[in-house]
Parts: sequence; C-alpha cells; structure tokens
Amino acid sequence: MSTFLGFPTRRGAKSLPDGGAPPGTPGTTVGPGWATDVPHPDAPLRWGETFPEAARQALQNTQLRRNLAHATSTIRAKRAAVVGEVPDWEELRDAGSTIKAHVMSDLPQLLEELERNVTARGGVVHWARDAAEANRIVTDLVKATGETEVVKVKSMVTQEIGLNEALAEEGIAAFETDLAELIVQLADDMPSHILVPAIHRNRSEIREIFLERMGDAPPDLTDAPRELAMAARAHLRRKFLSAKVAISGANFAVADTGTLAVVESEGNGRMCLTLPETLITVMGIEKLIPTYQDLEVFMALLPRSSTGERMNPYTSLWTGVTPGDGPQEFHLVLLDNGRSKALADDVGRAALHCIRCSACLNVCPVYERVGGHAYGSVYPGPIGAILTPQLTGSTGRSDPNNSLPYASTLCGACYDVCPVKIDIPTLLVHLRARDVDQDRGRPTAWGAAMKAASFVMAKPGRFELAEKAGGVTRVLGGSTGRITSLPFPGSRWTDARDLPVLPKQSFREWWADEHTASDPETTGDAR
Amino acid sequence: MWSDHSRSMVYSGSDTVWSDHSRLIAEQNPGPARAMPRQALAARRDQTESHRPLPGWSPPVRIALAATCIADAMFPQAPQATVRLLERLGHQVYFPEQQTCCGQMHVNTGYFDEAVPVIRNHVETFAPALDGEWDAIVVPSGSCTGSIRHQQAMVCRRAGQERLGATAEALAAKTYELSELLVDVLGLTDVGAHFPHRVTYHPTCHSLRMIRVGDKPLRLLRAVEGIDLVELPGAESCCGFGGTFALKNSETSTAMLGDKMTNVKSTGAEVLTAGDYSCLMHIGGGLSKLRTGVRTMHLAEILASTQDAPTFEPARSDDETEAAR
Amino acid sequence: MSARDDILARVRAAVINDGAHLGDAVAEQAPVSRGYRTTGEHSPGSAEAIEVLVDRLVDYRALVHRAATTEDLARTVGELLAGARSVVVPPGVPTTWTSGLADGTAVVHDSREDRRTAAELDHVDAVLTASRLAVADTGTIVLDGEDDQGRRAITLVPDLHVCVVRTEDVVHTLPEAVTILAAHPTRPQTWISGPSATSDIELSRVEGVHGPRTLHVILLG
Repeated sequence: MSTFLGFPTRRGAKSLPDGGAPPGTPGTTVGPGWATDVPHPDAPLRWGETFPEAARQALQNTQLRRNLAHATSTIRAKRAAVVGEVPDWEELRDAGSTIKAHVMSDLPQLLEELERNVTARGGVVHWARDAAEANRIVTDLVKATGETEVVKVKSMVTQEIGLNEALAEEGIAAFETDLAELIVQLADDMPSHILVPAIHRNRSEIREIFLERMGDAPPDLTDAPRELAMAARAHLRRKFLSAKVAISGANFAVADTGTLAVVESEGNGRMCLTLPETLITVMGIEKLIPTYQDLEVFMALLPRSSTGERMNPYTSLWTGVTPGDGPQEFHLVLLDNGRSKALADDVGRAALHCIRCSACLNVCPVYERVGGHAYGSVYPGPIGAILTPQLTGSTGRSDPNNSLPYASTLCGACYDVCPVKIDIPTLLVHLRARDVDQDRGRPTAWGAAMKAASFVMAKPGRFELAEKAGGVTRVLGGSTGRITSLPFPGSRWTDARDLPVLPKQSFREWWADEHTASDPETTGDAR
Repeated sequence: MWSDHSRSMVYSGSDTVWSDHSRLIAEQNPGPARAMPRQALAARRDQTESHRPLPGWSPPVRIALAATCIADAMFPQAPQATVRLLERLGHQVYFPEQQTCCGQMHVNTGYFDEAVPVIRNHVETFAPALDGEWDAIVVPSGSCTGSIRHQQAMVCRRAGQERLGATAEALAAKTYELSELLVDVLGLTDVGAHFPHRVTYHPTCHSLRMIRVGDKPLRLLRAVEGIDLVELPGAESCCGFGGTFALKNSETSTAMLGDKMTNVKSTGAEVLTAGDYSCLMHIGGGLSKLRTGVRTMHLAEILASTQDAPTFEPARSDDETEAAR
Repeated sequence: MSARDDILARVRAAVINDGAHLGDAVAEQAPVSRGYRTTGEHSPGSAEAIEVLVDRLVDYRALVHRAATTEDLARTVGELLAGARSVVVPPGVPTTWTSGLADGTAVVHDSREDRRTAAELDHVDAVLTASRLAVADTGTIVLDGEDDQGRRAITLVPDLHVCVVRTEDVVHTLPEAVTILAAHPTRPQTWISGPSATSDIELSRVEGVHGPRTLHVILLG
C-alpha cells in the first residue's frame, strides 16, 4: 500500500504475486503501460525466489528485454569509447586494485583515521552494526531536527538498509531526488541497476508514472526525455529550496583528510549536500580510500566505467563542516551490515573492492537478458552475485541467495571491465565451492552426479568403461544421430538444443586403432 | 586468477609466481637435447600478443595431446584432427592414455574436493613432460587450457595439496591451447590447409578472456586456402553455455543461445568454428534443433583439412553420423 | 560493547593474516602499483593544454569564450549577462570583472558571513565566479570555495554560471590537479564538467537538470 503519492510502506514479499508481476497483474498498480515490478520487500538483499525462477519470468517480459538491450548496448559503447582514449587505463586499474587491497588489510586503522579527521572538522561519526541500527540512528537524527521531510541523494547503501521504509514508519517522508530513483520511488518499485535504477523503464512508462504519481506533472507531458527531465526538475525544485535535512551515501571517504565524495550528474547531489542545514551520510565501511591523492586514481576510473563519461558533471567533496558554507551539522554513519563477515573470507573479500560503477552489469550477457530484479537484491548483476550472498550469509539450503553464484556463465566480460580488477569469475567459483561445502551433509542429485563423475574421471579405466556404456545414447538417438528429447532434467538441455549421440568410436579407441594397432604393447607411444 | 586484460600473463600476484616457477622448472629439468622446452618457457615468460617463432627451432617437437574428456567421448574428430595436423607439420604426437579430464567441470560447479582426484590424474598423466619426455602439451580447448592454467593449482592448494599444486603449475607452463602452440611455439600462421567453404568464427569466452588467445585463431584461419571467412556479429558475446549454467539456468542460457544463433545465421556461413567443442556442442545443438543446416567444426578440423584429405562432409548419412552437431 | 568497538573488533579479527592466502591476500602483499601517468605531455597553461580543455568543454555543451585581458573579460561578461536582471558575485571577484555589466543587471553580494538564502538565490538569474583550476583531459573545472569562487550554493541555484578560468591554472591531467588541490584538501570542492545532465531515461543524455542549465567558461589570459 502506498501512503501518499507513492511513498511506500513496508510490505512482505510473501503477499506478492510471484516475483516480477507482468504488466497489468491484478493487485499491482495498474496504469495503461506500466506496473510495479517489485514492491518494497522486507529484506532488500533477499527478496523473491531463486535466480532461475525469477529469471524465467523476467525473460518473458518483452518490454523489459527491449529496454535492457537498448540501454546496456548504449552504455557499453559509450564506456568503450572513453576508456579507449586513456593510454594508461591498465595502469590505473592496477593502481585501483592494489589500493583497494591495501584498504582491506588496513581497514581498522583507516576507519579510526577517518573518524578522527571527520570529528576534528566538526562532523559526528556513528557506527551501525546492521541495517536496523543504521535506520534507528538516522531516524533519531532526523527526529532531533524536528523535520518530517528529508531529501535524498541516490545511494545504494540506503537502499540496502531499506532506510526510506524505516523513515516512513516513523512518519518521515524521504524524497528521492535522482531522476531514476524518483521514477522508481514514484512507481513504488525497486531499483534494477546500481547506476540507472530505472533502466528497466522506457520513456513511455516513465511518462505514465509521472502523470499518475507525481502530482504536479504537466498534463501535456510527452515522452521526450528532455521534457521528462524538466518535469522532474520543476517537481523537485521546491523540495530542494526548502529542505532542512538531507541524506546521502558516499562514493569515497578519504581517511587521511576525512573528506567525503559524492559523484553525480544532475545536480541533485549538490542540492542535497549544500542547501540543507543538516546532512546525514551513510556509507559502508569498505568505501574508504587511504589518501586524498588516491582520488587521482578513482576519479579517473569511476566516471569512465560508470556513465561512460570522461568525468561526471558534478563531484562534491566536503570535509566535516565548513563554517558559512553548506550544512552546519554533519553526521557520518559507518555501516557494517555483513561487510566484516565478507572481509573474513580472504578470497571473497575482493567483492568489497567494488566502487559501484556498474560496468559489470552493462556487459553481462545474463544481466542484459533478465535485468536486475531477478537477482532479488538491490545489488544485481555480476557484482551482486558475489556481494549479496556474502553480505547476507546463507540461511540454509532454501536461501534463494544460494543460487546467485550460479547466475553466470563465467564468460569473464565482467572482469575485463572492472575498474578495480575484481576477478568476478574466480569469486563466483569460490562462492559455489562455499555453497557446495556447506551443503555436504545432504545428498543431492548434483552432488551425486559430481561424485560419480569424479570417481569415473580419477581413473582412466573407469572413464573408458563409461565411454563404452555411453553407447546407450545411440539407442536414444535412433537413426538420426541426434537426441532431440530427453526426460527431465535432461529436457532442460533438449528443450532448445539437440544432443549428439556418442560416436561409435571414442578418440582413445581411434588412437589405439591408428597408432598402436600393430603393437598393442606400445599403447601410449607415438608411432 | 584469470589472465589480465591487456597482458597474456596472469593477474598481478600470481603473475610472478608463474614466471618464477617456470624458470625454476627449466633450471631443474635440463630437458631434451634440443632445448626446446627452455625456449618455449622463455617465450611464455615474456609473452606478448605477437610471438616470434622460436629461433633455431626445428621439428620434430614432441607434443603430448590432452584430448579433453568431452572431445574424447563425444567429438573425437577434434583431437583426431589435432593429431593429423601436427603430424602433417612433422611433429611427434603422443596420447598418454591414462588421461581423462582436467577437472574443470568439478571446479566450475564448486565441487573442489571432487576435482582434486581428477586433477591428480591429469597431473600424473602429464608429469613426464617435466622430465623431458615431451616438449609441450597441447589442448584443443581454450576452456580446458584455462582451467589447467588458472584453476588446477588453486584448487590443489586450497585442499592442502601444495606439492600437487606446484606440479600442476609447472605443467601448466608447458601447456598450450592449439592456436597458441601453432602460433606462439611453432611460429606458424599458414599451416597449409585447404578449406573452400564459408566459415564464421566464434571466439569462445575462455579462449578470449581467460587465456587470451587474441586473434591467433583468426590469423590461422585467414591463411587457409580457399576459405571464405566472414565476421560473426556480436562475436565476443557468450553463447550461454557456461557448463552447468545451461542446465541450472537453462532458460537464460536459451535466450543467449538464440541471439548467438541469429548472428551465426546472419553471416550465411556453412560452418561455425571455434576452439572449444563445449561451446560448439551448445551452439551446434541449437543450430541442429532448428535444422539450420549450419554445421559446427573445431578449428583443428579446418586446419587439418587439405585438398587431398578434406574434413568437410557435405552431408552425413544418418547411420554413419559420428556426431550430429 | 559499543557498536564502534564491536565493528572494529570484527574488522580486526577479519583481516588477521592466517597464512592461508589464496586470493586478495596475495595482492595485499604487493605494493600499490602507480604506473599511471602523473603528468601530461602538455605543460600547465600551454596552448596545447588549453586546446584540449576547450575540446572537452565543448563536447559537454559548455560555452567557451576567450579573453586576453581583464578589459576583454569585462566586455565578455557584460555581453553574456546582457539579459540578466541580477548576478550574484562572491567577495573575491575583482570589481573590474563586473565593470562591463549593463545598468539593468543588479549585482548581488554573497559571502560566508553575509549569506543569501536558497530562495533568494532562486530569484537571481546568474552567477559569476573565478575557479581554482581546470583539468584539460576531462574538461573539468574545480571550485574550492575560496573568496573568488564563493559558497557552493551560489554556483548551484542560479540557472546560468559564468566561470572564469585563468589559463595558467589549466593542467593537462587529473593527477596534476589533485596534487594542487591536495594542498588544501579540506576546502569544500565542486568539480564541474559541463552543465548538469542526466542519462536516466533510456541512457539518453539530457543536459541541464538541477544545476545551472547554462555554463559559460571564459578563459582568461
């Protein structure tokens, strides 16, 4: 249910129609051309079904498929062009990667250094173990100002903790000011992309959403992106000029100076960071960089990877409070929420190097087809597939997040574009191994198959016998040479692909015939 | 770790591990009189995109073939063609029959414990290469080469099998995907093949991004006499196979496969080729299902083809089909 | 245990090296790699650096003007703001820069000590400031809140920004800029690369959202 103008109250995922409801599904908001995809779940890092189930539904959404294909191909081309013009791109990636690795190993000292420097400049630092604690801190800070409205800069971490819903329960309305976040919020939806949360929407859907939900959209609004953006400008301007409290995330926090950075395009970030009296910034403890000078690396890597620009239009850097300029009250909330747990895994922790550029989403062939909602987390795509399960841990074998590390073909496109060189394919495999190991006590079909295959392949004699037994496939294939239909679970293959029958002669049989026919004793040698 | 973006060697930390280790092995194992391994290892150490042929090298090189489990059982034409090609070029090919599989399937599905005995078998099978029995190991698969190079040692070490891991790493340094062997080690791009057909090439993900063969397969194909090589649109996109991905996420896999097949069809090619039979099984399975008439052939099959012994079969009688692709 | 102590304890426990390094820990032992360029081929203020800057600015739809002297600058400012009813100016902008303004253009003063409200600024047509430096490679202008650049609000709320960049302050690369800025890292900074923009609708770029929709850059010198 919406409270007013689309501001959401918390809903349980269980009351929803199965995952992403198709347009027009009863029970969701019905507009001529759009419907809420994923209403706000209880757990922003774990909603809905397993990845394969959610993907199955997403794949059937023609509009989504088209929107995603268009958007991801556009941004891929932009990124490739601006990265291509940097002669030392690989050296910058090396620097980004090694700096982040040092941040992880030095994190305790760096956090204390950051705290010291922010405090010295008039900021107040808070620490939150989890989402509930962070939400409590922020809610109390807002209440202390006496305000019932806040403006927000787009922030993944506040999505992660469900801050807007927590504020709403306490009677505080949070207004998202990033255009895409505004679209998502008005539609009572969840983001489907780290950078472009409304990437699953096209212009005509956005027009419908504005007309229905914005309240002050011009009635003659067309679907031209320029007109839509101007409608958002007009809608938000009054909010910006009157807001007393703003909430932001942070792209970087510089330990040696206490400086925070927000990287943005529209100017909504500057509005929120500059005009209100009180600024509350929530950031994950991993978003540190050691020195101010390190900005020369990350500000080179992030915009080109993210929006495909040489530099984003606006970056704001502030350190504590500057008398007479900007908010005179500044709070920084440092959030753990599973990060220290991820840090304890010395392979998996590389996921914490992420600077949230979203380049891996844009190049991922899986993401391109199923979109962000199928991942059931505010962090979708390849990075989400390694970050989400580490942040949440596993609640057991029915945890849908267990399916995330398998949501990849290991094609490696994500690693190629990652500005901090997170070896995502290797991490996916690592997390698969963790999943398998935690489930070892339980017999599964996969486990049995893998154990059997291991047994067979550990000894050549067994493998050869298995090859001969495979002659049975020739029966399945009949005279066509191809198997066109197998019962479940083989049908998962043969629904779309034929399977060849095994040849009459394996390679090793051919080799024995060809190379050792005259002298069986020399099997294994060349002729 | 996977290969680095712009370099053909591996990622940061392990980069040095690889180089140092291969030097160590070269020193420990003087190798055969021809000193081929030492040169080959030197070539690996300072790999760049364009390798020069090894100076002073002359055939025959003694090459052990890792046929791969999938090709051994299902697509014997690929290792057969590899043997014929290398023998035609004057080299000695060995097939150590103890071999089964590199363990990739187990590793990529997360069954590390189960992968170890498979890797052990692979390592034991090819260990004689470290004693100079063979000069190089060839694998007609980018994916299996990638697993040998980037996964075997890691999995062994995680299981506490340090020595096995070290040996696996040493063997990996002598292991080449087919196009790497031909171009980097043997210094060839024209292998004297004849293949008068319209062909398009799919650069499989692991060849492209895990071991970074670059344009070596294309250079080999361009030199084939009579070939009509056409570019595949969206070539670098994954076909959706991903090993068990095709089963665990079969519908997403199918969506990716559909786009790949559309691109293949748009080229008008008779033959889709690649350096991996796993991907060819996937795309070929789809092409067969839709009766497109496009056939799949391994890169080795095209390179093995000559005017006298063509590998292209215009049509297969159903009964005689080795493998309907 | 406080949340602070609890989190720090968890983080300390997590990063203790247990010797079983397979992944990240390997990289942690490696020194930070800084093989990237820290200076560009064009020296600060050179004609080449300025050419690159102009190219980038134009690409991002900023409007670029040249002024060889302060007199040229005053004339250009006057022309650009001919239609403006008011312009806000920070205290450190030389009065000579505003000497060419039309009689109908009111100068609004703002400083940290004497602040205009956001609502007041919303009724001001334009803002005129200097800048700390500019990065040619990325087309970025940096303001650091000093007296000639003013409070962050004044370059944000008015819809038109006339920004003066002294040519000697144009550096080729980002690392050169960060090195200069690192002398005063705690000043409130705004890095500006073209007017505000969004690509949130189908990745289609629309210039001019909440920040000034028009950005004039005058290169002085």
